[in-house]
This record gives sequence, structure tokens and C-alpha cells, in this order.
Amino acid sequence: MIYLDNSATTKPHKEVLDTFVQVNESFYANPASIHEAGVDANTLLDRARSQIAKILHTEDKYVLFTAGGTESNNFAIFGVPKANTHRGKHIITTEIEHPSILEAIKALQKDGYEVDYLQVDETGVISLEELQQKIRKDTVLVSIMHVNNEIGAIQPIEQAAKIIHENSRAVFHVDAVQSFGKLPIYFNADAGPDIISISGHKIHGLKGSGVIAFRKKMSIIPLLLGGGQESGLRSGTVAVPQAVALAKAARIATEQLEKSMDKYRKWHNDLIKFLTEFGDNIHLLSTEDGAPHILSFSVKDLKGEILINALQNRGIIVSTSSACSSKQKKTSHVVEALKIDQPFKKGVIRLSFGALNTDEDIDEFKKAFTSIMKELKGENY
Amino acid sequence: MIWKEILIRYGELSTKGRNKKDFISRLRTNIRHTFSDIGQLNILTERDRMHIEIENEEQYDVLMERLPKVFGIQSFSPVSICEKNLEDMKKLALTVMEQFKDRQITFKVEVRRSDKSFPLESHELQREIGGAVLSKNPNISVNVKKPDVELRVEVRKNAIYMMAQIIQGAGGMPVGSNGKSLLMLSGGIDSPVAGYLLMKRGVRLEAIHFFSPPYTSDNSLQKVKDLANELTKFGANIRLHVIPFTEIQVLIKERVPANTIMTTTRRLMMRIADKVREDIGALGIVTGESLGQVASQTLESLTAINDVTNTPILRPLIAFDKLEIIDIAEQIGTYETSIRPYEDCCTIFTPANPKTKPKVEKVNYYESFTEFDELIERAVRNREVYKFPEQKKKDKFEDLL
Repeated sequence: MIYLDNSATTKPHKEVLDTFVQVNESFYANPASIHEAGVDANTLLDRARSQIAKILHTEDKYVLFTAGGTESNNFAIFGVPKANTHRGKHIITTEIEHPSILEAIKALQKDGYEVDYLQVDETGVISLEELQQKIRKDTVLVSIMHVNNEIGAIQPIEQAAKIIHENSRAVFHVDAVQSFGKLPIYFNADAGPDIISISGHKIHGLKGSGVIAFRKKMSIIPLLLGGGQESGLRSGTVAVPQAVALAKAARIATEQLEKSMDKYRKWHNDLIKFLTEFGDNIHLLSTEDGAPHILSFSVKDLKGEILINALQNRGIIVSTSSACSSKQKKTSHVVEALKIDQPFKKGVIRLSFGALNTDEDIDEFKKAFTSIMKELKGENY
Repeated sequence: MIWKEILIRYGELSTKGRNKKDFISRLRTNIRHTFSDIGQLNILTERDRMHIEIENEEQYDVLMERLPKVFGIQSFSPVSICEKNLEDMKKLALTVMEQFKDRQITFKVEVRRSDKSFPLESHELQREIGGAVLSKNPNISVNVKKPDVELRVEVRKNAIYMMAQIIQGAGGMPVGSNGKSLLMLSGGIDSPVAGYLLMKRGVRLEAIHFFSPPYTSDNSLQKVKDLANELTKFGANIRLHVIPFTEIQVLIKERVPANTIMTTTRRLMMRIADKVREDIGALGIVTGESLGQVASQTLESLTAINDVTNTPILRPLIAFDKLEIIDIAEQIGTYETSIRPYEDCCTIFTPANPKTKPKVEKVNYYESFTEFDELIERAVRNREVYKFPEQKKKDKFEDLL
């Protein structure tokens, strides 16, 4: 099986799984307990936290473990506005965010929050001018994803942070689920985004583990109430094995970041060249400036599902625009936002690379795709 | 790497004469000690400053990380070096100023020409170097009166030295320049802060802790060990004397009225501490007591406790508010350890209403029926001594992360 759906999820690294099992066997005590086993588990948890804090250039106490990207995103979206109602009830986001942002914001809208959705151009990138126009004194939260999960568009986070911080007291949240471990992230204690969300299973870690990290002390209302774990901001017995596994996956991803970026960029550009040769029948949703690990394109007058099945028959796993939306029949909100021509709306395919892919995988894909196109569209291709 | 040495300016400029010499050589020894794990440092001392040679980037990183914690340093600067000609000086000035390229700053050039034979005069150098920096950096402007950054150029015999950053040191005096004292380390928030403040004034410390197994757990002892270890960050070895205290505590409970237990316990702790102090040749006893904080820290209590010895009891926190103490504990990094939940020996037999105003005569009277001397001797004799910083143990978590 050639697995090219790494933005949906990745296969955990062997080392990460080993860590997970070992921690479960040897350090299973509750890290909040005061007996020795608990103290050991807590020390290990602190070490995992510290390792992630170093990678993110922030302080240990600003790294909280969650159950994944969706929880981290929900936490930021619900927690920040509710802690800052005295400043206003205005929120800015983009029209191509992940549903874990958009649905949470819709819920706030029902509660009387005013929301501006930034539009994107045909490459999926927001306009900083529009951000500048929309930002107001009473804006309490701006949430912009770093890398879009469906097309790989990269948003100008650093410049956006500058505009936001210069023009308002709004908290800037960045959904970095698709970029962490794949691209350098502009996040540090001095400037830039205030909060980021991270998920373990996108970087060959485990499902059900994530992080929310702050750049500085943050006013935020917890999503989960209870025993007051994680400095009172995220109750629930901390899943130490998941946390340690995430720290390990993050370390491996960070160590290999430059190498893997080069590798993905090479495949990305190679495939863009390859797909361009199919002329008018292919519309590229990803651009050369986008994230190297995501390549999204559409075949004219074809349904994505047909292509996926045809590739699967040849042992290659890809997805339609995103795993979350692929079971629903309607066109994804991201594809709609790009305003592409009608004949291309249904046939969107996403390839996403991971640490386990090889040059041969890409060659196999090209061969398979060429033969499918011949089958479906005739010898001319 | 552009940095070739670190220039250190001394704290306590008021020290003079022989004291100053001692101060400097003590500081040099402490610095050597602090960095003993990264190899032998090349240190050159002068009357008013010290130079440490930097051999590689790794060394530089460690120096920058630890120097801010070493007492006796007012401030320090990374320094770069070039050949003694104007072209190289201009080039180096640009390199040194590059660290500010993302900021809007004002600056001035300050020249120190200790090699008077150098052909260019100070003001010429200022003009030339300043001009070179300004022409290449639109974000930098001149402010002679109150610049954000001072680019210091030193013309010395062998080369040109340049620096632009001044990093604050910890101030104070080198640890060891003011003798040795014994710190009563309970495991709470206050005592490590008291120890820190005395170290800052140059006092070398040993610590004493009263341990009452099985009522207090190994975790509570580990907490105290960790605190002792954390204090070594400020540039000194610390020995921790752990006194087996259970036997004495149980006896006190049997022999004195409930509301006097606390006072007598403190008095016996003080007598034991004084014996250990004598044993190790220390001059004073340091405590984290703060006036009125708890029953044992009223003036009356302090008088009753102090009655057992003539040794100077140093109480640097006596006039501090709890919140001020917590602030310092957080700054020096002992707070997180101190608030771990384990009980110490003081909380075992605490009565509901300890006397806040004990009378010395009465306490003496109650204690007079019991012979404590032998027990005290035994506790001192049976103490366990631990040395910090600890030798590195194998990290059992390393493979997991």
C-alpha cells in the first residue's frame, strides 16, 4: 500500500509506539498522586512538557496537553472570547478554517458574537489589507490557520500578527495542526501568534493527543472543568503516555524538518510539472508557494470519489479534499471559497506526504494516474 | 561565531584594596567552578574587569546561560575582535550591530583608546565607524545623550575589541567572600530564599534539615535535596546535613505541655543546628523566619528560641511580606519545588493552639525535667550528609523522550 493521505492522519513511528507502551507499563500512576510512582509520572510529564516548550520557544508552563487538534481549537475559540467579554464581542477568522474552528465560532455567533470571515484569493491566501480593514478596537480574537488542510495554502502569520497586535488587543490564535513538524512555525515568547494548536497524529504520533500552547500568560476560560489539572486550565487526569509520545514525535519531526521539507518540496514541484502536462483537464488548487507536503488538484468533469477508487485499485491511498468532509456529498467550503470553475468542483484530490513516503511512491502514483486518465478519458491523454 | 571573549564588570565597586583582590580571585574561582564541566576556561583578570576567552559556540551558549546567576558580576558583554585597521573596524562594527537589524534603535559609538600609539584619534574613529553603521542601517539613528545601544570600541595593544550588548549580572558578592553559615532548610518557600539572599552577600552555605521518618516521607526529603541542589546554581557547593529527629520529637510531645511543644521543638532544633555549625566551622545560622508569619515567628517566640545560643542568627526575611518572598522564590526557581505537597517535621505534632507569646522562664522550667543533651549528641552524630550539586544520575526517562 502506498499511503499518500498523511494530512488525514499518519502511521505512528515505531519509536513513538514503543514509548507509549513503555510509559503505560512503567509509569502508569496518576501524575497528581503524591506517592513515589505518581512523582515519577509527574517528572516524566514535566520533561515531555519542557521538550515541547523548547521546540515552540515558549515557557514550560504555557504548554498544555489536550486530546487533540479539535479540543485545542475549541478551547481557544470558546476560552478566549469568554474571558475577555469586557473588551468586546468581535471575532475575525477566515472562510477556509477547519470545521473545529468554524463550527465553534458559529456557536459563538448564536450567542451574540459578531464575526468577520476573511476571504481568500484563488490560491487560498487571505489579504492582509482586508485583515487591516476588519480589525477593530473591540476585536477579542483572531483565528487564522497556518496551513490549510485541503489545499496547503500558507497564510502570512507573521505579518498578520503584526497587524493584529498593532491595531488591537485581540488574542491571535493559529491552528498549526497541519504545519507543526512540517514547516518552521513563527511562534516565540516575544512576538507573533499568542496561541497555537497542535495535534499528535499528524506527525506520526498518536491519535487523541494534542497541545495548546501560549506565548505568554493568557486570560482564557477552561473548556473542561474538574480536578484542576494543567494549571486549572484543562481538567482530567493527564494522559502521560500520550504526552510523552507526542513529545517524542515532535522531537523526531523537528530534527528531520529541513530534510523532509526538501524531500516534499521536490515531489511537490515534480508532481505540479507532471500534472501540468495534462493541460486543461487538470486544475491545480495547490501552488508552488504552498506547503510542500500537500498537493491538491482537480480533474475536469470527474468525481473525486471515482479517482480515489481507481487509485485504490492500484494500491494507492489518497483522499478527496479532506478526510472530514469526504463522506459528505457536498462540495467542501474550502473548494467553494476558491471560486473555481464548476466542472472542477467535484473532482478534487489531495495527496499528502509523510515521513514514510519514498521517491518510488511518487513514481508509482504518476504511473497509476497516467493509466487511469487513459482509461477514463481515452488514449489522447 | 563572531564573539571571541566575554568582558565582565565587577559588582560592589566600593570594595577596595586587599578586599578587592580577594573579591576578584574569589570570583575567578567561582566562575571556574561553575563552568568546570565545559573545560578549563582562559580567564584574565584586571583591576576593574575580567575577560573570559570563548573557544566555540557551545561554550558561548553555556556562558551566556549561567553567567547571569553568578554573584559578584555587575554586568557582562560578548566581545568581538578585529585587526587594527579602519577597514576591518568598519566591517566588524556592521557585524556587531547586525543583531539589532529588526529594531528601530538609537546608538552612539564610544571609543576607548588604551593604545595611545594608534594613529587615529578617538573622535575620528567615532565619526568613521558611526558613519559606516548609519549608511548601512536605515533603522539606526544617533543619540549621544541617551542611546539605546552603545557600540564600544576598544583599541588595545594587540587588537581592536568591540561590543554592543550589556547584560545585567546578578550583582552581590562572590559566594565565599563573606565566610560560611548554616542554613536551616525546611522545604518551604522561605528558607531557600533566605539562603539565596545570604549567598548573594557572599556567604558560603551548608544546610541542615530535620527529618522525622516515618511521619515524613522520602518525598519530603527529596524535595529538600532538590532545593539544596537548586541553590548550587548560584555558584557554590552545598552540603546538606539531615538530622534524624523522630526520637526527639516524640519525647518532646511526652514531656512538655501541648501549647509549648512548638517552642521547645524549635529550641532543640536550634541547639542541634548550633552543634552542627560548630562542627563544620560556620559562623552564623540562617533561617527563613519572617516576623509574625506563624506562631513561632512572633518576637516573643523568636526570643524564646534564640535563648539557647549566642551564635548570630541571620534572618534576611524578617521584614519581608509573604508575597515578596514568593516573588523572589519564583525568580530564583525554587518556588515550584517548595510548593510540592509533602509535609515536613514541623507539622506532625502541632497543637491546635500553640503559644504565640511564650515566656522564656516557663519554657526553661518545662524543659528542665528532661535530659535532652544526650539525644542531641546522638542526633548530631547520626546525621547523614549529602553533597550538592549531585553527580549526574542515569536519566531513566531519556529513551522515552
